Amino acid sequence: MKLAKLIHPLALAAALVAASPALAGERIVAVGGAVTEIIYALGAQERLVGVDSTSHHPPEALARHPDVGYVRALSAEGVLSLAPDRIIAVEAAGPPDALALIAQAGVAIETIPEELSPEGVLARIARVGSLVDRPDAARILADEVRRGIDGIEARRSAIETPVRVLFVLSLQNGRAMVGGSGTSADAVIRLAGAENAAKGIEGFKPITDEAIIAAAPDVILTINRGSHALAPDDVFSLPAFSATPAAAARRLVAMDGLYLLGFGPRMPQAVLDLMDALYPASAFSEARG
Amino acid sequence: MSVALENSRIFVEALTAKRRRSVFATTLLVLCAAAIAILSLKAGAVEISAGRVVAILLGSQAETGRDALVVLNVRLPRLLLGLLVGAALAVSGAMMQGLFRNPLADPGIVGVSAGAGLAAAVTIVLGERFITPVIGASPFLLLPVGAFLGGLATTLALYGIATREGRTSVATMLLAGIALGALAGAFTGLLAYASDDRQLRDLTFWSLGSLGGATWAKLAVVAPIILPILIATPMLARGLNALVLGEAEAYHLGIGVQRLKTTIILLVAAAVGASVAVAGVIGFVGIVVPHLLRLAIGPDHRLLLPLCAILGGALLAGADILARTIVAPAELPIGIVTAAIGAPFFLWLLLHRNRGIVS
Repeated sequence: MKLAKLIHPLALAAALVAASPALAGERIVAVGGAVTEIIYALGAQERLVGVDSTSHHPPEALARHPDVGYVRALSAEGVLSLAPDRIIAVEAAGPPDALALIAQAGVAIETIPEELSPEGVLARIARVGSLVDRPDAARILADEVRRGIDGIEARRSAIETPVRVLFVLSLQNGRAMVGGSGTSADAVIRLAGAENAAKGIEGFKPITDEAIIAAAPDVILTINRGSHALAPDDVFSLPAFSATPAAAARRLVAMDGLYLLGFGPRMPQAVLDLMDALYPASAFSEARG
Repeated sequence: MSVALENSRIFVEALTAKRRRSVFATTLLVLCAAAIAILSLKAGAVEISAGRVVAILLGSQAETGRDALVVLNVRLPRLLLGLLVGAALAVSGAMMQGLFRNPLADPGIVGVSAGAGLAAAVTIVLGERFITPVIGASPFLLLPVGAFLGGLATTLALYGIATREGRTSVATMLLAGIALGALAGAFTGLLAYASDDRQLRDLTFWSLGSLGGATWAKLAVVAPIILPILIATPMLARGLNALVLGEAEAYHLGIGVQRLKTTIILLVAAAVGASVAVAGVIGFVGIVVPHLLRLAIGPDHRLLLPLCAILGGALLAGADILARTIVAPAELPIGIVTAAIGAPFFLWLLLHRNRGIVS
């Protein structure tokens, strides 16, 4: 108790120093996995005082900073307790009442546009860069990402016959939830020069066994969730999947969820990894020289 | 002669013992609620000393900025909303159990929760596409209004179904409530199917309840609905006591049974509808609080209803303290806290009552 009383004025003094007009470092709360990722990529992580529960990358983000909860269910007092100067959030952040209270306390709330495209990633990087006072680092990162995107485009133009990919978000009781058009999975599949086998569906939806057979995917794409990942046997032993071309070739690709679908600075690398998995080296022998 | 005297002496003694007990229970509950209220203003993710909290509450000019905002615009409205909603749910539960003469009746039985839930799902899932273009704002603003109207509409439909020739059958209402609940559940499920990942999370969080959205604006809307109802309910206590004997018996005791039913159903629909609208679905308070008090002070509604209001409010405000401090700076949905604490306690109480430890 005594110790706590001693520490308190010290912490206050430290906070005052930190908030001095020299912009020594604004205290920032990042809401949204992609925002946190960009802040780390720009080397501005020392300004973070809190992240939301979707900030899985890099792993130290949630290990080193307080978790302010799910992106859509923030707590006004919880966020204010971190004494932030600024909140950088994805469009989805909420609820609005909590955001209004946080804004009322004089905290600047900056919203980062959500666009599932290469241009969207570049726009996010530029915006976050200017918000955390790292415009130069943002330019370097954006150039790097741009080169990655160019690389993707070059490789994509060399693809002659696109494979049909079915993105499976989850398999519960043998029922598959797949990624239709308009989803982040659809965007990634198309960027990788493949065809979304579930493009007739909108959003992430459960799909019937017959529709899986009719979709005739060449590859099943799925995401790893921590230690739990779908094994090829889990998927291809199901009757619906066993009748697909993917099962005949036993082609199942599993990637980290935030990496594959986050549309953060690692997007080009994630798409390249996906291309490697979808189009084995032989298909690129010409493009690569 | 001496036997009659002895009997009346025992009766008077029993009466004063009962009165003493009810005074004791009331005092205890009021003190308990006051303690929770004070703790609720002091506890939270932001560290503020008790002295500062008092200074801020007294309106000291020196106290401005973040701490004042947290105490006055976050904690105080949350506390008041918790007290109001908890009281509304507990009193509604007690009245429903009395009206349906069924210990398992809870406020949801008149269809309020199902209707409000469906309306909330409509707002969450279809709001961005159809409502935002019309009002030019986030559909979240319309969620409380939609939930309240949805709850009220369902109750009125249910009441219409169960009322024939000016008489409402509570049995029909109970069964029709299950049917309407299933129907609302089906539509809610359909909307959940059509929702994207984010809307699904919104629905889940809403259905677990939270006082996190407490603002003075919401209080200003909800308090004029709930407070008059809380004040009015003790007037229904005599009728509810008579109803314990049965509908016909109550009628012969001079109770306007049909009017009593109509009044109770409408009051509960309004109180619970308003609660659900601002705090989402918070289960369990409406069942556990009345039962707890019946075990402690007996089934007399004249005392039961006011004490339900006090204990219900205190319980919800207390649960909210835990909800917003356990995982700070994040926060737990309050429905998880009320059920996790209330259910085991309730079971313990039931087990001990059967062994004769609680009267």
